[in-house]
Amino acid sequence: MSGSRGDGDGRSEDKQVRYDQARYVENGQYEPLLSEKDLTRVEIGGEDDGSPLPDDLTRDSLELPELSEPELARHYTRLSQMIYGIDSGPYPLGSCTMKYNPKFTEDVAALPTAAVHPDRSERSIQGTLELLYRLQDYLGRIGGMDAVTLQPPAGAAGEFVGIRVAAAYHEHNGEGHRDEVIVPESAHGTNFATAALGGYDVVSLPSDDDGRVDLEALEAALSENTAALMLTNPNTLGLFERDITEIAEMVHDVGGLLYYDGANLNALLGRARPGDMGFDVMHYNVHKTFATPHGGGGPGAGPVGVVDDLAPFLPAPRVRENGGSKSETSYELFDPDHTIGKVHGYQGNWLVLIKAFAYIARLGDAGLADASAKAVLNANYLASQIGYDVPYEPFHHEFVASAGEQDAADVAKRMLDYGVHPPTTKWPEIVPEALMTEPTEVESKKTLDRLAAAFNAVADEDDPTLEAAPDRTAARRIDQTSAARSPRLSWQTLDLEDD
Amino acid sequence: MHGSHATGSPYAPHTDEERSQMLDAVGAETEADLFDIPEAVQFDGEFDIDARSERETRRLVRSILGRNDDLTELLGRGHYGYYIPSLVDHLADRSEFLTSYTQYQPEVSQGFLQALFEYQSLLVELTGLEIANCSMYDAATALGEAATLAERVRDTSGHRVLVPDRLLEGRRSTLENYVAGTDLVVEAYPTDDGNVDLAALEEATDEEAVMLYAENPTVRGTIEENLEAVGDLAVANEALFVLGSDPIALSVLQRPADVGADVVVGDASVLGLPTSYGMGLGLFATSEDYLRQVPGRLVGASEDSTDRRAYTLTLQTREQHIRRERATSNICTNQAWVALRTAMHAASLGPNGMVDLAERGVTRAEDLAERLDDLVGVKAPVHDRHHFREFVVRVDQPAPAIASDLEKRGFAVHVVGEHEIQVCVAGVSDARIDSFVTTFREVAR
Repeated sequence: MSGSRGDGDGRSEDKQVRYDQARYVENGQYEPLLSEKDLTRVEIGGEDDGSPLPDDLTRDSLELPELSEPELARHYTRLSQMIYGIDSGPYPLGSCTMKYNPKFTEDVAALPTAAVHPDRSERSIQGTLELLYRLQDYLGRIGGMDAVTLQPPAGAAGEFVGIRVAAAYHEHNGEGHRDEVIVPESAHGTNFATAALGGYDVVSLPSDDDGRVDLEALEAALSENTAALMLTNPNTLGLFERDITEIAEMVHDVGGLLYYDGANLNALLGRARPGDMGFDVMHYNVHKTFATPHGGGGPGAGPVGVVDDLAPFLPAPRVRENGGSKSETSYELFDPDHTIGKVHGYQGNWLVLIKAFAYIARLGDAGLADASAKAVLNANYLASQIGYDVPYEPFHHEFVASAGEQDAADVAKRMLDYGVHPPTTKWPEIVPEALMTEPTEVESKKTLDRLAAAFNAVADEDDPTLEAAPDRTAARRIDQTSAARSPRLSWQTLDLEDD
Repeated sequence: MHGSHATGSPYAPHTDEERSQMLDAVGAETEADLFDIPEAVQFDGEFDIDARSERETRRLVRSILGRNDDLTELLGRGHYGYYIPSLVDHLADRSEFLTSYTQYQPEVSQGFLQALFEYQSLLVELTGLEIANCSMYDAATALGEAATLAERVRDTSGHRVLVPDRLLEGRRSTLENYVAGTDLVVEAYPTDDGNVDLAALEEATDEEAVMLYAENPTVRGTIEENLEAVGDLAVANEALFVLGSDPIALSVLQRPADVGADVVVGDASVLGLPTSYGMGLGLFATSEDYLRQVPGRLVGASEDSTDRRAYTLTLQTREQHIRRERATSNICTNQAWVALRTAMHAASLGPNGMVDLAERGVTRAEDLAERLDDLVGVKAPVHDRHHFREFVVRVDQPAPAIASDLEKRGFAVHVVGEHEIQVCVAGVSDARIDSFVTTFREVAR
């Protein structure tokens, strides 16, 4: 079945990407550690060493690699070649929105005028304040929210702000007894962990048969103890929560707040806004929806938008207009009246926020709406080209296929051999052997055809082949059990082994 | 034509022909047919955001940020502007580093994992503690995570977290938010001439204390002299000793493990990031006793099927995507790329360069303090201590007026009291420091 769909030319092998990732081997090992190239011990203090501090205030020595710039340039270039990024090929990691990161945004974030210290006087950094103000404004419009804070440095930090704001709001209204946060079974793990970090009891909500919130179960879970319901929409199956208006009413009727997890916002740009659906508070994942680079795990940024009633509780400070001259508006920082305080030492991941602003300013209304339209088209097209069953429909920007009798984790490993990044696997658990796939808008039809060919080639392969994969990557299958059983978390522990 | 910008995203490559083929394949006339959004919540309005060309967008951002004054910043207090070697920018900007994500597929992510493993090893050497994670957001959030770790690992019934009275407001407030969902209570203990007031801390510490926090150097730039005694106090009361520092300071100051620190937090982006309006990199290192309680991601060494050493994220059962509400933290997206930059900057300096940079922070601060102290109406440093890269200055005139006059002449300093300013030498050239002294002489008299 592989690859014969699409344009029907049947030359499936031509559609597949085969590639070998760079792999350096030296003395039977891959690229050596810096510490294996050199370790130099520098003594500090002692007799006539010229140290400006007395010995009792200093350490004895420091032992680290001492290497030349050319050696380091090669080391890090080699390391980079042993990494698969979006610029290497398709990266359909579900719920992560791995879209192309426009190059020019790096240039604007690197402007020397962006390099300012957070303790500068407000009048001397009007440019920074203006950019933050304009980004607050953009995000408010996109989410349908009345007020926005840019401080949270990641999505989970944004969730934490939402939960702390909810707590402060209830406390302010004399309802501090509310001690439960409801989270759908299929939600992102961060939702549960964030609610727990905020001191809440987590009430887990099962899905109904069609993969959405079960209204009866929700009715049963809601009570006067409900502080908030955290919801992703579309949910992790890519399905829109059609009953969202009713859900919002139910939550509001018991005095709870409705929280929107922005992880899947790339499905909705220009077509629906959380604020219009009845959500009271939401976070935006700018590293997902607004194309800032994921940087091997971060930094991201997780701004939070709220409705008017919650604005007084947002973190301090925020930015607002402050009159100014005829020709130029001026901006100032202010603390919301009942602020929860801070969730970051300063104002979050500034350099990331610049990139997000630039992306939104580049795309504008039409570009943003088109991004979501193409993201949803791409997910639907890709799903139509693969043989794996997709049990829940109609999905939007992502779909969850089932690997069926195959092990989804093994399927993923084997897909690496076809030069593509695999989907998120084994989650959400409602789909057996889940392959959670989000191609984003940046893939062309040709790339999607190649991606489909990779899925289909792997679907036709037997278990031993899958279990032996991958073999074209920089490293072969890595032993996870051994890594966890005897943790070796630094080069110092490797030295101990050698001794 | 690809991605006609008049109608769509410039980064969606579909031609009209491809688009119709794809729509045909899924049985839809337009993309709109693919959306399952009830009419009541459909948005058919506009954001009123104009699309721009790349060039126009760059011009817009340049023009907005152009409103920032070009000042020489003698600013520190937790965020520093050290010189970043070009090597760091050029190599960290390689798109494989920039455009990959969390290493869920380690076989295609060896390079990033190895760089993070090397970062962890750097911190292990600097702190003397066995475990370092591969990043928190910043110093403030790392401090918050240390407190929740203390709550999990301490058997005592206590709930007191003791922090210095001069703790930065952003750190104090973040810490308060992190412990809001626990029984922990944050309390301040006094400092004396910049450093820990040991007698007062002894007085304040009892078996109800679960965590003692101190910083070295302190927020006032002084170097702590009593860290071992703080460590002993923590042991005697079965409290966790959490020490705040950074990789440059740790290159020469007392090794945390040698003074009994159980956890080290701080901002590691002093290496790797220029001034970035407070964006940071949370350093988090701890004893192997608390391995299973560490927040955040850990990279470990293992073997692949050819028996060669390979790296992977490990001990993930601590993390939110597996353990959910019982996870050690809610962190997912972290600061990995900043950690990469920090590791690159450290490697570029080497141990000689790091020690040299740290020692120059001591001598240059000392020199500048001496020169300012010579001026009429100025006393520097205020504290009779050794200093690291920054110090507090007493001025006879009101400090805000001095700072404002300095700003008009191109220099930014901290106002930390009615008659106190704070200055930092990190990243400031000798020529600019000379010019600063001259200017200071003019404004202080």
